[in-house]
Amino acid sequence: MDDGTNDGVTRREFVTIVGVSAASTLMRADSSTTAQTAPAHETPRIDVSFTVNGTAAHVSVDPRVTLLDALRERLRLTGSKKGCDHGQCGACTVHVEGRRVLSCLTLAATVAGKHVTTIEGLTTDGDLHPMQQAFIDHDGFQCGYCTPGQIMSAVALLGEVCGPEDDDVRECMSGNVCRCGAYSGIVAAVQSVRGFRS
Amino acid sequence: MQPFTFLTAIDEDAALAAAARATFLAGGTTLVDLMKLHVERPLALVDINALPLTEIAELPDGSLRVGAMVRNSDMARHELIGERYPLLAEALLSGASPQLRNMATTGGNLLQRTRCYYFRDTALPCNKRDPGSGCGAIDGYNRIHAVLGVSDQCIATHPSDMCVALAALDATVHVRGAHHERSIAFSDFHLAPGDHPEREHALQTGELIVSVDIPPLPFARRSTYVKVRDRASYAFALASAAVALDLENGTIREARVALGGVATTPWRSHEAEAALAGRRADPGVYHAAADAALSAAVPRRHNAFKIALAKRTLVRALARAGALA
Repeated sequence: MDDGTNDGVTRREFVTIVGVSAASTLMRADSSTTAQTAPAHETPRIDVSFTVNGTAAHVSVDPRVTLLDALRERLRLTGSKKGCDHGQCGACTVHVEGRRVLSCLTLAATVAGKHVTTIEGLTTDGDLHPMQQAFIDHDGFQCGYCTPGQIMSAVALLGEVCGPEDDDVRECMSGNVCRCGAYSGIVAAVQSVRGFRS
Repeated sequence: MQPFTFLTAIDEDAALAAAARATFLAGGTTLVDLMKLHVERPLALVDINALPLTEIAELPDGSLRVGAMVRNSDMARHELIGERYPLLAEALLSGASPQLRNMATTGGNLLQRTRCYYFRDTALPCNKRDPGSGCGAIDGYNRIHAVLGVSDQCIATHPSDMCVALAALDATVHVRGAHHERSIAFSDFHLAPGDHPEREHALQTGELIVSVDIPPLPFARRSTYVKVRDRASYAFALASAAVALDLENGTIREARVALGGVATTPWRSHEAEAALAGRRADPGVYHAAADAALSAAVPRRHNAFKIALAKRTLVRALARAGALA
């Protein structure tokens, strides 16, 4: 679940450097027309204190900021992914007070005082959560984009009512879409952690 | 998203004090989604997630009172709901995904808004979103749209599964305003589009849903919810049916029937209920009830299939309920 490191530059840092140079080029080209750009609306910021993966977090946000964006853009916890941003794909799944929810439809301001767990919080002393290991062992992913959301759903499922069959797992995991089609591996991974054979 | 101010209400009085100028935020699964699409543009939000409306309590008359902030997943898994109202538990569990059910609330689900593509896209005409702009669906692509309760202004379906079961169960919605309380019969809560599709429910400005009462209905133990959709899970209904049967020696003494996915409101079918009462519980009677339920259906270019689909869905639900021990 790390960003992968090559020559001391992470994938994210590389993307950021490239992104910044592209943006500054755009801004120079655009500088003569800035007067036509509507001024940004100023809305009062909200101070939100909550717990992320056992650590206190504080952000000062525009009320429009979602929990997903606060995690990714402010707290640099980029494991939770933005897929559809409309509650249809499950890539942004995190736990709030131990329950799986969609961070893209959760305003950051509503989690004040709450405990949030993200994919980054599943490991213990560097050891993968059994569900993470099971996804590796059972080929539960291909491109990996949906995987953090899949795993957060799968870990929550362990504490919910869900029948023993593969079809029960499919139903309980229906809120997480995988466009690579790794579903059979995902079902096998979840079943193995639950002690069932897929 | 349009800018808005944000307040957290610590109790009902605080929420009601702010209500005249604000929109309540509960689970956010409809509201935040539609705010991102600029379909909903509230200037002020009041977060009501801290309100202690989270209990399911039994009343002296045997009703269950469900707090407005009870999450869909908690209502679905509540022992008394599953035992007394299987159709409601099944309807809840057929809706959305586990994550969304953990967020969505009872009060919020009553106010869930349509999935009509024209309503959700501000570039397209929609009388519900922008009164007077026209209906894109009536002569447009209307495969998912309603055949019952339609008007020449709007054919958008009501999307909730929970509400279909609550319609069959004759629930009551309790609301509070800053200086009053009142109760609204479920059949009066949702409004057919008529000439004003922008008016979807009987709530007045400043009113807060506090609870929903489900009256006792002993025969609802023999009940079920059948939902047909484009994929096996996590999709809105093309057609659904909530039914409960009061059987004695193979004869139907009384029935409750409501349909989803085919109507502009959660659709209680008194016609189907009348066609079932006093008859034998057999396929011929089920088919006659289904014909009665859809007799007033108005098909459009792409949704005519829903009439046959809804009939078969209702027949299947009745057969399943009739076969229950």
